Amino acid sequence: MSLTGHRTWIFDNKPKIISSGTTGGPFEAKGMLAEDFDFLHSDLWLKEDSYEKAHKVLLEEACERAIEKAGLQKGHIQFFLAGDLINQITPTSFAAETLGAPYFGLFGACSTSMEGLALSAYIVNTKGANYILTGASSHNTAVEKQFRFPTEYGEQKPPTSQWTVTGAGVGLISDKGEGPAVTSATIGRIVNMGMTDPYNMGGAMAPAAVDTIETHLKERDIDSSYYDLIVTGDLGHIGREVSLDLFTKHDISIPEEIYQDCGLMIYREGQPVLAGASGTACSAVVTYGHLLNRIKAGELKRILVVATGSLHSPLTVQQNETIPCIAHAVSIEFGGDQS
Amino acid sequence: MANKKKKNLTPVQQEYQTFEKNRETQRPLIKNCIRAFLTGGIICFIGQGIQTLYIYNFNFTEETAGNPTIATMIFISLLLTGFGVYDRISQFGGAGSAVPVTGFGNAVISAAIEHRSEGFVLGVGPNMFKLAGSVILFGTFSAFVIATIKTILIQWGGL
Repeated sequence: MSLTGHRTWIFDNKPKIISSGTTGGPFEAKGMLAEDFDFLHSDLWLKEDSYEKAHKVLLEEACERAIEKAGLQKGHIQFFLAGDLINQITPTSFAAETLGAPYFGLFGACSTSMEGLALSAYIVNTKGANYILTGASSHNTAVEKQFRFPTEYGEQKPPTSQWTVTGAGVGLISDKGEGPAVTSATIGRIVNMGMTDPYNMGGAMAPAAVDTIETHLKERDIDSSYYDLIVTGDLGHIGREVSLDLFTKHDISIPEEIYQDCGLMIYREGQPVLAGASGTACSAVVTYGHLLNRIKAGELKRILVVATGSLHSPLTVQQNETIPCIAHAVSIEFGGDQS
Repeated sequence: MANKKKKNLTPVQQEYQTFEKNRETQRPLIKNCIRAFLTGGIICFIGQGIQTLYIYNFNFTEETAGNPTIATMIFISLLLTGFGVYDRISQFGGAGSAVPVTGFGNAVISAAIEHRSEGFVLGVGPNMFKLAGSVILFGTFSAFVIATIKTILIQWGGL
């Protein structure tokens, strides 16, 4: 384990993602990546009587599935690191109660998935634990209710706004077993470009993603060709375009083909998501579902997942505060053949 | 507005905002206006139809038919909100579906449905008017101001 530069961890012991679990809602079932989910629900309520309870169930099921796939029991899980977008992250905490494992609640908005993976890899790498479950979840209507207007309220959303993913993605990190290895992580710092529009999070978060990717490449002393894929969390159309132009401006070469965005991968053309998907679950379900499957199939060898988070609340927006953003990058490599 | 806000920003932030603004998808203003005109027009056309129905079939006059017409329109809005259709009409129609009384109905009803899970007393009751409340407050207040001006002009202005 070593710290490279100011904020990049290199994990020498190669903690592995030995299994993962993903759940999604009806809108995700109609999307591009439906086949990569473990469970898809046809109803947003999940037979519960509130969206918040349904939110909790999404995460519980993903956890159960990940543990089951690894052939373990709940009792094997030594720590649980997860988070979501709801006030006081109650859906995650309530799911942690069901799980019964020692629990760290995280909040990094939509960057929570990689915040959790970086911390879990750190703990496993330093022999702090053998099995850690980490993940993130969000529920479209529960999040809309808190951050925006009532779900059935008729408001016309601008073309810059994004669609919150309903789902949960968790990964089981361990030093034993087989699976793609987590090789390094670069922890983001707050980047605030003075943006105030909560309906344009891609534009607000793009500089944070650029800052983290730039730092990651510099501190690991590699260039973008090292990775088969650099994937951002939920920048959407606008954020992706802005960040590509920022890379050009900063003289960093990242070919457009290897620079993708989870928020643009999950849904189909024609689904009414405007600028793309977002939400804590966005990067979690795409990474722990689709991307891990592609890594296991040998299509990808080295990927860098950069989960971006916009750390505002409805209150700060109403008080005219600017939006602070963050991005955490974690590299996942197959077989751990690290250079 | 932009200039006042921009004063507090650093040069780097200002530069980025200009940079970002050029890459942002703009709201399609003209398209939205046409859609709002059509949606609002259709809603008002239906309202007119209902009013005519009340006048010719239920012995209302043009003045008294207003209230049952509004009640009927709000009822239709309630059904459409409950079935999850109204928000889709609004994404298409924008202001066209927000300005008529159906939009007001939708604001109240959607909030009531949303907070049902917190119970009637602490959920539905206080939250029902969380969006429509400001319409009622500022609507009443501006009516008061206009009425005061009118009274002053009539009393002392000799109009």
